Amino acid sequence: MKPILVFLILCLSYLYYSWSIYLSSSHSETDPKIAQVISQGKLVWQKYNCQSCHQIYGLGGYLGPDLTNYAGQSGDRKLFLSSAIKSAAQQMPSFNLSETELESLYQFLVSLNKSGIAQPKEFEVYPWGMIKPLKHEQY
Amino acid sequence: MSSINLGSIYIKTALVILLSTLLFGCLASLSYLFPELLIDSFGLVSLRPMHVSAAIFWILLSATACVYFGLNQLFHERINKTMALMQYALWIIAVLGVFYSYFNKQFGGREYWEFNPIWAIPIALAWILFLIQFFRTVSFKIKWPVYLYMWMTGLTFFIYIFIENYLWLIPYFNQNIVKDISIQWKVNGSLVGAWNQILYGSLFYLMDKISGESEMAYSKTTFALYFLGLFNMLFNWSHHIYTLPTQEYIRYVGYLVSMTEWIFLLKTLYQWKAEISEVKKYQSIFAYRFIAAANFWVFLNLIQALIMSVPAFNLYTHGTHITVAHAMGTTIGINTMIILAASFLFMSEPNKTYSKHMHQVFWLTQIGLFMLWLGLILAGIYKGFWQMSERAGSFSSMMEQSKPFFMLFVLGGFLLSVGLGIIGVHLLRMPKLIKS
Repeated sequence: MKPILVFLILCLSYLYYSWSIYLSSSHSETDPKIAQVISQGKLVWQKYNCQSCHQIYGLGGYLGPDLTNYAGQSGDRKLFLSSAIKSAAQQMPSFNLSETELESLYQFLVSLNKSGIAQPKEFEVYPWGMIKPLKHEQY
Repeated sequence: MSSINLGSIYIKTALVILLSTLLFGCLASLSYLFPELLIDSFGLVSLRPMHVSAAIFWILLSATACVYFGLNQLFHERINKTMALMQYALWIIAVLGVFYSYFNKQFGGREYWEFNPIWAIPIALAWILFLIQFFRTVSFKIKWPVYLYMWMTGLTFFIYIFIENYLWLIPYFNQNIVKDISIQWKVNGSLVGAWNQILYGSLFYLMDKISGESEMAYSKTTFALYFLGLFNMLFNWSHHIYTLPTQEYIRYVGYLVSMTEWIFLLKTLYQWKAEISEVKKYQSIFAYRFIAAANFWVFLNLIQALIMSVPAFNLYTHGTHITVAHAMGTTIGINTMIILAASFLFMSEPNKTYSKHMHQVFWLTQIGLFMLWLGLILAGIYKGFWQMSERAGSFSSMMEQSKPFFMLFVLGGFLLSVGLGIIGVHLLRMPKLIKS
């Protein structure tokens, strides 16, 4: 087979695969108003470059902890988030977020927590090497 | 302006950016040992994107230079100089814009592309011009060697994936967290694959020139390996998202496709003797030393990638410094070594002799890189076991206990930066001697 044909076949397979991912269904907020707040929260995350130090599902920086399941931890997470952001900790600089930004960032973290699990120890390993979470309805 | 100088201008611009990424990288790495350093001015929040973006621009601009050097030697008369100049101007606008926004703490982008999305426009336009330039320059009447296919692959897919990188601007994608993160990993994985295609193509081109044997660039085995590489570039990225609640088949595709990389490893082991005799044959050529170094780092990174691609092991490595070690190993050990080989080969006579001092600098970069890589691997292993432990201590205590590994990483990084800095300055001071 001519190389250009193999190249084109691979290109078409990639396009098909890509579009299947674009159109696939996955966890999302059904209420459009809440979805918008969450989307705003994600933009706040990007605006203040939180990913420089923190991760979401293992993607991001390494100086701070992964925040995927931050909102699911015990205690008043909203209050803790607010104080961590506004008062500089040892490693973390202070950020001057507005109340609206803080609220949408928190809603983003709440939604992230609902979406799945990022802690590796919550997964089990199949004999063929694949992994699956011990319990979570999203997988 | 002659097209001959164009490759030189690109590589020299890229070398200036290399020096800046070394500076930002050294400053950023200090945050691991002294977290409060520069926290109120240029803390890690600013330094990390500066370092990463500069590293990406170094690779992209020098990959562009490699293609221009090659196109110039193969199809000299056909390069459109005005278009090439416009492409360069767009890159300069983009680079200045990106760093202006970083210095003013204007972010808004995403991991590896943290700058305001507006600066993605000149990058995309520059790449589209590059793609047009490539297709109008190459001849379709000749039988293409594999490196032309690899350049075409890298150029074509880069623009598609780069645009895909900004799908998050559309609410349909931005409002669905899981889908959005899937696409983000898809982009990050495949984009690296795209520039790897350009640089590996350049490596084939360089070996073709060094050895004077062009049969390899047309052989069926070479094409089979190129297609296997392309197959992996397109479909193996989902080995990054085993913990993400996407459709199960996406995770399995990533796992299965990644395992085909064993073929590359077996091929490397099978050709080990031939590799050694090749090193002995060409070691007198200074540029070849960087190719030999790149081959060594390919081997090391391939083993690492294969381990990381098995989901059961990925649980330990994902989100740890092992991932950074892999990224550093590939961008510095493979990409940068290929670019430096190309720079020395294109900008000086192949048989030019270099002082003992330059050979020592070469080894300084290799030792520095190995120390940096090892420090990250050890820090990653430590974090991997910490995150799997049921009785793990706090994150900050884990980071505190990882400091000896970070010291090794920082020291290695400084040695590497000194070595690459000296090589970079040496190349910058070279006259515009470009062979055609």
